[in-house]
Amino acid sequence: MNAPIAKTESTAGSYNFAYLDEQSKRMIRRAILKAVAIPGYQVPFAGREMPLPYGWGTGGIQVTASVIGRDDILKVIDQGADDTTNAVSIRKFFAKTAGVRTTTRTAEASLIQTRHRIPETPLKAGQIIVFQVPIPEPLRWLEPRETMTRRMHALADYGPMYLKLYEDIARFGRVTTAYDFPTVVNGRYLMSPSPIPRLDNPKLDRSPALQLFGAGREKRIYAIPPHTTVKSLDFEDHPFTTERWSQHCARCGASDSFLDELVVDDRGTRRYVCSDTDYCDSRLAAGGGR
Amino acid sequence: MYVAVKGGEQAIDAAHDLVARDRRGDAVTPELSVAQVEQQLGLAVDRVMAEGALYDRRLAALAIKQAAGDIVEAIFLLRAYRTTLPRFGASEPVETAKMAVARRISAVFKDIPGGQFLGPTFDYSHRLLDFALEEGDASLSEGETRVEATTGPDHLLPVSHILEREGLIEPEMVADQPVGDITRTPPTYPADRDVRLQALARGDEGFLLSLAYSTQRGYGRNHPFAGEIRSGHVAVEIVPPELGFAITMGEVELTECQMVNQFKGSAEKPPQFTRGYGLAFGRSERKAMAMSLVDRALRAAEFDEEISAPAQDEEFVLSHADNVEASGFVQHLKLPHYVDFQAELDVLRRLRDELDLQEAAE
Repeated sequence: MNAPIAKTESTAGSYNFAYLDEQSKRMIRRAILKAVAIPGYQVPFAGREMPLPYGWGTGGIQVTASVIGRDDILKVIDQGADDTTNAVSIRKFFAKTAGVRTTTRTAEASLIQTRHRIPETPLKAGQIIVFQVPIPEPLRWLEPRETMTRRMHALADYGPMYLKLYEDIARFGRVTTAYDFPTVVNGRYLMSPSPIPRLDNPKLDRSPALQLFGAGREKRIYAIPPHTTVKSLDFEDHPFTTERWSQHCARCGASDSFLDELVVDDRGTRRYVCSDTDYCDSRLAAGGGR
Repeated sequence: MYVAVKGGEQAIDAAHDLVARDRRGDAVTPELSVAQVEQQLGLAVDRVMAEGALYDRRLAALAIKQAAGDIVEAIFLLRAYRTTLPRFGASEPVETAKMAVARRISAVFKDIPGGQFLGPTFDYSHRLLDFALEEGDASLSEGETRVEATTGPDHLLPVSHILEREGLIEPEMVADQPVGDITRTPPTYPADRDVRLQALARGDEGFLLSLAYSTQRGYGRNHPFAGEIRSGHVAVEIVPPELGFAITMGEVELTECQMVNQFKGSAEKPPQFTRGYGLAFGRSERKAMAMSLVDRALRAAEFDEEISAPAQDEEFVLSHADNVEASGFVQHLKLPHYVDFQAELDVLRRLRDELDLQEAAE
């Protein structure tokens, strides 16, 4: 398979490499180092205004801008796909401001920025994955006040979260949290994995890659260092479960990947394909599919 | 076979082209120049500078032109530019008492030292559409105006000082502490007043206006009087460390509102008037007034007042006042959420399947 690695245009105009000035990058790197040292702890940082809107990946972009180097090969995905509009926009931003090489291949990327998915292809040691995070606080829907949630984290007072899960089970027979399913990192901090589906939660656990999380609007950075335990909350008699489909991918036939459901006609006929476009294409190229 | 939303790149480029075309409008109409925006849409420029937190009339005008008049978008453009600028340091506190006032009014004393200046204001205009403007502004086209633009004396005693001499109002805080910088330090609560005022100064005018209005209607009422509102130019001074004395960098146009609020007193403090403060770039009077009401509402804890209304809730107000943040996050719902929605569908379908099974069993 020939690698679709593109050498991109060099840094545009008068902006610094990767847009942010070096002082800001240093400030963000300090926050990242602290985050790595305290896995799952949300480190406040003085988030900068980026030329992309808040809520569209400004946290992830700032983290990426602070760790990217000239030799990095960048992959950007949104919903698992490289060609969704916001992924295209962010990839273009770095191609323009950092002049780095970009790729759509998970295996070839040294740095992956993602929104809402973890690639199906297992990540390797040396890779960094940067998550865009809308609401970094896993307790936010239980307690709207930052002053309160910080105290709850300090005291590891996570009872209310277990109570929420218990109430779900009592009422519906199962936990109804579909995505952004709460996890405990390194046996200590309750952490939002960002709005990834439950299928991706197990990939967080003991990953050989460095996992960084950036929330720009909320001005928080947190991290999971390589090989750190990440446990999705559950009960002994109600173990954590992931999504299941009765069908395989209509393109590559995969049965182990997260599938997008497509409505293909007015009668509501459904078809399912991999949300991870690189995974699907790689399987097709390797002779899979049907 | 379905092809996953390909062509995002071309679609984005095409969208940008369409924006440019829409912005230009019909080519029959002459193109708007940045200078025209700066000169003739000055109040829009003021708002963009205030909430964009950057004093540069030309760039604000450019942002308004580029955003095709979408003010919040223009504010965002200016902010994103501002964030790349180096910082030389902090200025000395501006002396608004030495403002060259174009407007200065007080609602608490009929006559005040230095006098009242109405200045340019919409306040007493009858809001009747002036159809003559369609043909051009005839009132000024003859090369002569009915009034000369004047400014008041260059030192006008602030009304609050008059009250302060009698001890009727809380004294002004002494500015001897280093001020915080909300763009360099992440927000923490409770916040200090300097940080709060910074956040309010760049906060969304509409949001602050509604909060201020809510205090007037009883949600955190703080009995305000407009002690003084003044607009005009003030000198900005800095003290370079190598010189050790202040030099003037230039001047900025500001609107300041000093609200005088009742306070019944507490165990420690005798009854006296308290202050709400508003300050904004340009002639942003509505903004400055709203800010001063919200500032006073947020001081509730300081005066042991019951905190029951949204306008008094510091974390609520400060974390939602920024329209660049708010606009981004509300509009991010336009981004694809296929994956989360699919996960949600999975849960919902299973719940319904189980319900069906239960019903079948019964």
